[in-house]
Amino acid sequence: MSTQVPETETETETETEPAGESHQERRMTEKAAKREYRDAQKKAEQELRAAEESVHLKVFRYDPEVEDKQEPRFDDFYVPYTKGMTVLDALMYARDHYDASLTFRHSCRQAVCGSDAMFVNGRQRLCCKTQLSEMAEPVRIEPLPHQDVVKDLVVDMEHFYDQMHAVEPYFQSEDVPKEEQRQSRENREKIKMSTRCIWCGACMSSCNIAAGDNEYLGPAAINKAYRFYMDEREDEEELKEHRLRILEQEHGVWRCQTQFSCTEVCPKDIPLTEHIQELKREAVKNNLKFW
Amino acid sequence: MYEHDVIVVGGGGAGLRAAIAAQEEGADVAIVTKLHPVRSHTGAAEGGINAALREGDDWELHAYDTMKGSDYLGDAPAIETLAQDAPEEVFQIEHWGMPFSREEDGRVSQRPFGGLSFPRTTYAGAETGHHLLHTMYEQVVKRGIQVYDEWYVMDLAVTDEETPEERSCHGIVAYDVQSGEIAGFKANDGVILATGGPGQAFDHTTNAVACTGDGYAMAYRAGVPMEDMEFVQFHPTTLPSTGVLISEGVRGEGGILYNADGERFMFEHGYANNDGELASRDVVSRAELTEVNAGRGFEDEYVMLDMRHLGEERIVDRLENILHLAEDFEGVDGLKEPMPVKPGQHYEMGGIETDENGHTCIDGLYAAGETACVSVHGANRLGGNALPELIVFGARAGKHAAGGDLGEAQIETGERGDIEYDETELPYQPGEVGMDTGPSGGVAADGGAVAADADAVVEREVEAQRERVSTLMERDEGVQHSQIRADLQKTMTQNVNVFREEEGLKQALRDIREIREAYQDVYVDDPSRTFNTDLQQTIETRNLIDVAETITLGALVRTEFRGAHWRAEHQERKDDEWLKHTLVGWNDGDPTIFYRPTILEGENKTYEPKERSY
Repeated sequence: MSTQVPETETETETETEPAGESHQERRMTEKAAKREYRDAQKKAEQELRAAEESVHLKVFRYDPEVEDKQEPRFDDFYVPYTKGMTVLDALMYARDHYDASLTFRHSCRQAVCGSDAMFVNGRQRLCCKTQLSEMAEPVRIEPLPHQDVVKDLVVDMEHFYDQMHAVEPYFQSEDVPKEEQRQSRENREKIKMSTRCIWCGACMSSCNIAAGDNEYLGPAAINKAYRFYMDEREDEEELKEHRLRILEQEHGVWRCQTQFSCTEVCPKDIPLTEHIQELKREAVKNNLKFW
Repeated sequence: MYEHDVIVVGGGGAGLRAAIAAQEEGADVAIVTKLHPVRSHTGAAEGGINAALREGDDWELHAYDTMKGSDYLGDAPAIETLAQDAPEEVFQIEHWGMPFSREEDGRVSQRPFGGLSFPRTTYAGAETGHHLLHTMYEQVVKRGIQVYDEWYVMDLAVTDEETPEERSCHGIVAYDVQSGEIAGFKANDGVILATGGPGQAFDHTTNAVACTGDGYAMAYRAGVPMEDMEFVQFHPTTLPSTGVLISEGVRGEGGILYNADGERFMFEHGYANNDGELASRDVVSRAELTEVNAGRGFEDEYVMLDMRHLGEERIVDRLENILHLAEDFEGVDGLKEPMPVKPGQHYEMGGIETDENGHTCIDGLYAAGETACVSVHGANRLGGNALPELIVFGARAGKHAAGGDLGEAQIETGERGDIEYDETELPYQPGEVGMDTGPSGGVAADGGAVAADADAVVEREVEAQRERVSTLMERDEGVQHSQIRADLQKTMTQNVNVFREEEGLKQALRDIREIREAYQDVYVDDPSRTFNTDLQQTIETRNLIDVAETITLGALVRTEFRGAHWRAEHQERKDDEWLKHTLVGWNDGDPTIFYRPTILEGENKTYEPKERSY
């Protein structure tokens, strides 16, 4: 790459489109040329930044559609550090100041939407609630393991959603009073933690069993089932049996080998492993067959 | 082209509720959302859901509190509908499994909230919105309602008759974020906009990064007036570093505010002698800033919110989420220390003008939730009234769009009926600047020739959006959206904040004009069609510009102090002149401002504007 960065930008002319040529290809080539120039500028800027108080990020990059990103790689970003900065703040800074094509999901910035679970320094975390000050440098940011990468830090969540939907995660009782149903404080307390799940996928991504068995319901879905199974407002015997049957199938609760990795990474501190064990107990008590 | 009876844009509280209601009415429904539904910002709502459920409370009290809170700018039919429908809707979501906090006898708990004469705020810890969102999404899954998640809706497909009131909406154009495919969605019965708030127009906001006012901008450009946009709620308790919301529930449970001199200023400086910390939000936000401006703030920026005296047991039981937020985002242990708080942009009272059935002045176009303005909240929303708004008006819009009968609406919409036009001198002509990177001005120009053919209307809009994307992608230099968005947030935060002055508002309008011009040279750097967030944010930024302009226009023309709208030069509420809604119409890029009187006649009584004190 040329190290001579021109002072001023060159004029560009708007071009008329020659017919027949692959539009997309041409566009890509042109963009690549422009990019090279801008990369040089950014590189110079980044070297300057590296001298100030900054945080060094190593970010996974991949895009099946862009030639120089088809081979996965890591990019270095140096982000100026301010007190209280989170990993998400740093990613946003890098995207907005250095490389607009840096892609990741995020929305609420406050650990409730579950969009920005990633693999940060070798562990599943929500970037928005991970303080940079607690991370060793360089901070390595990768997409969630065991899931197909769509682009950069974005993974395909479809399978995760399928598993969640497989446990029939909804109230099914048709028999309701006119006013509210009663629920004891104790019972609400019992299901409280399980209702905090934000569907971020950190647990599923950390689970060795899920990695090796694509049909395994996984900790998030089983926890969702727990939330309904344990809710006293829906205690019809038939329904509970029905829920247990889903859970005790071959790829259900019995696949769990209590490694606790899901519990360890859950950003909402849900005792996932414990919930799975409780459901195993229920299955045994119910005297149904297990595999 | 995809086709459904009813298409709901947005998968938050209002959108999910609308979809369920439309499906119950027998329609084939689809939800199109740029996120996945469970990622919607309804999930971040903390405090609760107001509903008159108990002995000693009734819907009329709820309506009265809401009207008073609105500083008499809410419309009585809308407010009374909210208060009447809320109890039923709350029981409905409870039946669907909402894990409400409970009383000893197993009934749903309610707590005091700002501006309420009765503790009627039902809640689920300090994470009510999260549970509401998930409970409703569960019902969507149960019903097998189709969800196009991570599809970004770019514009509406609307016919182009001369006046908006003659137009019809036939669908939307969206692109699949994951693949870049641009597609038309035809709606046989109606499109419901439920896209949430515009918080990203400000730099210190409780809103998510996704709250970019898409619905407002699309409806606006299609010809629907934006109503009362100048009324922006600044929540009094947000964390200074991030804008993360600390629920009003903290004050509802007994938390106190104090300044750097240790004074409980709400009482000691006379801001609200009766209700103190539990005055309405506009009052508390102004009080805090007044303290800071008088040099009695901490670090010239914030005040303290203290809940330590409530005791660990109660805090963990009812406000546990607040402990996590204070710790994760401010490094403060709420059990041992007070929490720093300052006002932050939180909610837009105004929005897409609708009647109490969610219908806009364009046939087949509906709106519900924060993006709509019915108007329930008038000049100031009470805490705990946003979530019932989502479910009450989401359900109504869904039902109505699917052909259900809700009776005749009492609220008029569009440029008709009892309206008057504004004559204010503006510092420049707002609106259109050579729209080559914009949407097609909302509607194409063919004099209504294809109005009868819904497919053609959608197809034409698909073409227009394809062209727009090509233009943005082909440019390979210019200015990036992140710069434009930062400039916009800066001027809005500086000039259209809690305290507003005429010169500042004019400056904001001039800045927005420059920002519009800069947007003509915006380009998308990322060449990829796969998950191109650069492209998405570029389009969102255009929407924010339009929304910010309507907010600022409204703020400039309304020369009085009402609710959340405080003007340096106009320190009193002027009921003789201003008991009316501000409406801004796009008018094909040459915005018009007009007014419609507020409706104070309710079912059983007429609401008399009184001095508002807490």
